[in-house]
Amino acid sequence: MPTYNLNVNKKNHTVEADENMPLLWVLRDLLDLVGTKFGCGIGQCGACTIHLDGVASRSCLMPISSVGDAKITTIEGLSEDNSHPVQKAWKEVDVPQCGYCQAGQIMTASAFLENNPSPSKEEVRSAMHGNICRCSAYNRIEEAVNLAAKM
Amino acid sequence: METTNSISFNRRSFIKTIGLSTGGLMIGFTLFEACKPDSKVMIDLETLNYKDFNAFIKIAENGMVTIYSPNPEVGQGVKTSMPMLIAEELDVPWEHVLVKQADLDTKNYQRQVAGGSQSIRASWMPLRQTGATARQMLINAAAVKWGVDPSECYTEAGIIKNSRNEKLSYGAVVSEAALLEVPDNVKLKDPKDFKIIGKDIVNVDIDKIISGKPLFGLDYKVDDMVYAVSLRPPAFGQKLVSFDDTEARKVNGVTDVFQFGDKVAVLATNTWAAMNGKKALIAEWSSDEKLMSTEEHDLELTNLFDSDKLKVVRSDGNINAAKNSADKVIEYTYEAPFLPHSCMEPMNFFAHVTDAKVELAGPIQTPEGTARQVAGLLKRDIEQVHLSLTRIGGGFGRRLIGDYAVEAAEISNISKKPVKLVYTREDDMAGGFYRPIVKYRISAAIKNSKLVGYHLKETAVGSSINKSRASYFPAGCIDNYKVEAAQLPSEITTGPWRAPVCNFLATAEQTFIDEIAEELNQDPVKLRLELLEKAKKNKADLEWSPERMIGVIKLAAEKANWGKAKEGVYQGFSVYYSHNSYVAEVAEVVLRNNKPVVKKVYCAVDCGIVVNPLGAKNQIEGGIIDGIGHAMYGEMRFLKGKPQSLNYDSYRLIRMMETPLIETYFVDSNEDPTGLGEPSLPPVGAAIANAIKAATGQRYRIQPYLKYMEQVTEVVS
Repeated sequence: MPTYNLNVNKKNHTVEADENMPLLWVLRDLLDLVGTKFGCGIGQCGACTIHLDGVASRSCLMPISSVGDAKITTIEGLSEDNSHPVQKAWKEVDVPQCGYCQAGQIMTASAFLENNPSPSKEEVRSAMHGNICRCSAYNRIEEAVNLAAKM
Repeated sequence: METTNSISFNRRSFIKTIGLSTGGLMIGFTLFEACKPDSKVMIDLETLNYKDFNAFIKIAENGMVTIYSPNPEVGQGVKTSMPMLIAEELDVPWEHVLVKQADLDTKNYQRQVAGGSQSIRASWMPLRQTGATARQMLINAAAVKWGVDPSECYTEAGIIKNSRNEKLSYGAVVSEAALLEVPDNVKLKDPKDFKIIGKDIVNVDIDKIISGKPLFGLDYKVDDMVYAVSLRPPAFGQKLVSFDDTEARKVNGVTDVFQFGDKVAVLATNTWAAMNGKKALIAEWSSDEKLMSTEEHDLELTNLFDSDKLKVVRSDGNINAAKNSADKVIEYTYEAPFLPHSCMEPMNFFAHVTDAKVELAGPIQTPEGTARQVAGLLKRDIEQVHLSLTRIGGGFGRRLIGDYAVEAAEISNISKKPVKLVYTREDDMAGGFYRPIVKYRISAAIKNSKLVGYHLKETAVGSSINKSRASYFPAGCIDNYKVEAAQLPSEITTGPWRAPVCNFLATAEQTFIDEIAEELNQDPVKLRLELLEKAKKNKADLEWSPERMIGVIKLAAEKANWGKAKEGVYQGFSVYYSHNSYVAEVAEVVLRNNKPVVKKVYCAVDCGIVVNPLGAKNQIEGGIIDGIGHAMYGEMRFLKGKPQSLNYDSYRLIRMMETPLIETYFVDSNEDPTGLGEPSLPPVGAAIANAIKAATGQRYRIQPYLKYMEQVTEVVS
């Protein structure tokens, strides 16, 4: 099997994996970074969202061979101490119910706010539309993204 | 993962104490364990007699308190709210509390189940008594030290004080307190003195959730664990005839392939390889020719309405006589499809079966029942089965059924390896215990502009209306009242789905009440209030309170300004009692391009005392939006027994842009608390159907409602 050098959360990792293995499973099963979640496997739910060079990306559809030297950020690397504004807002609003989709929600929101620091309410709803929350904590997700934008 | 295999503690807490049998209300064991942080004595807890310990509370000498939360946390918030009950009566600051998830422990805990919205209702008194008993023992220990009577002592935020202004922290007397007799009949706080109950407390797992720490079943790992994915029959009722695993075994990472029952397990060193191995299997299945499709379910369920298969569930007065003498009888039929649960965390479980023991870990709403099932399957004593609870990535009833945990144990037993069984999303949606497909045909007899008879017939695959649910509103409100039900047998497995039965029963009945109001040319809120006046006279026969239902109706109507909506805004009303709580909702719909869009829902809730308003509101909002989403879009169809939607590209769940605003109001109450995981969902289907009727003139009786809307992409927003 081929070997890949990955930069994940500012650390270098060398992994041996099938070239088609999605980054999601490389992170979860080979690197023990289980914060990134498996939801659907077809890019529909957003639970597996990570940042690839700062861009929110669905890791379940991304073969490891396509990552190259792009910098990967997962929920574990968003901050060292939950100090990222999106994390702070999530805690202040008490967003989660079951919590399973939240890593994907937070990664989507943080990449979105990086590019659009002062979004309109409609832009927030549109940006978060791709992430399913089966518990339907949508109103709090929206509130937390708006709050994070003000931090 | 949190483990409790061994802890360090003070030996003196071993000493047998008396007074353990404190009556039925107490959850067993009201002692607490004196935990010395500096003790070097490591004891294997499995060797201990658990009866000597409190399974809920540990107090350290520095005053920090660990509270074990017994019930599965499935997103309903009990890992936060149940420990709040203990901490309140123990009288410690919430900031000093560390909450840990307890493992399955049938000796020390009662009802370790997440289901029926019953966790808070069932634990309200026992958990408070547990905390209060521990507090009293700490007081007693301090009183001995001071040589005063315990009645001269009181507590404040983890400190014991006396009338001489002396102070001792809980940590300073915990070792002595653990040796004292367990007092009976300790006094509980007056609700007006609550410092934690009724306050907004943030989810205890928040820091772990927002930083991606391992919490869920899918995150659980042990050394040398293998991952398993199973191939199951594509249609309910099919059997495995043969399979060819030649290609599957060639997949990089696949370590083993074997048949068990009508399934084939693929084991691999990682999840993705196991999934690919499964894809590479070639299997032959028995014929699906005789298996039913949705069209046939539909026809058969309709035929059952006029069959002799109907069984009477409840009958008051004489419905036939009422119909015969009526001025008019109206009758409508309401229909709902099968629904998968769609938990975001797909079904998964860890199992390690060895000769000595069976280790299980994962997301399960029924740990005890599941452990017993595994013990039965493997012919083991239940004592040999150890089950650790992980946080659960959504349940909605699906994880009341532990088929996937049993399957993991079976695979581990055959392979002799620690195994993590993982469902793909497709496995999850195709291997469901679905919300039953159900129809309600309801008729009303009207005489002299009054409702004199009500007749409900249910036909369904799977679970059905029972006597208790047939006695919910409008039972007790109408002299001649009859409920009948019939079952259609099917190979398709069904099970509890958030607010079982009520999830659509409420929609049908609360829509029908509006249809009666239309017929009588009466305001739908007034009609409900009028019916409830009658129920007040029949209270002895009802498990629910007409007064409390009237209370939420009036509160919702007031907050939503019922009947006085702005121009272009159309309102729909609904109210329901289920899971011991009362919820009234007003949905507001506007028309956009002549299509109805749900903009807002007002919700009034009576669940007694609200333990954690922050969490409670989250549950209410979630239930409402979940209810709207499934009413609008949810449907699982079958073709010859085979599920037709296998992933989110062909199964629509509600998303952000379709989410309405929600305003929630709780009735101020001193009643004991009841649950909130389910009760806000049942009323919402009718609230939106009634609002859509007001907006468009069209009556929606069949879910998913999307069927009524041609080429609509934006349904609610």
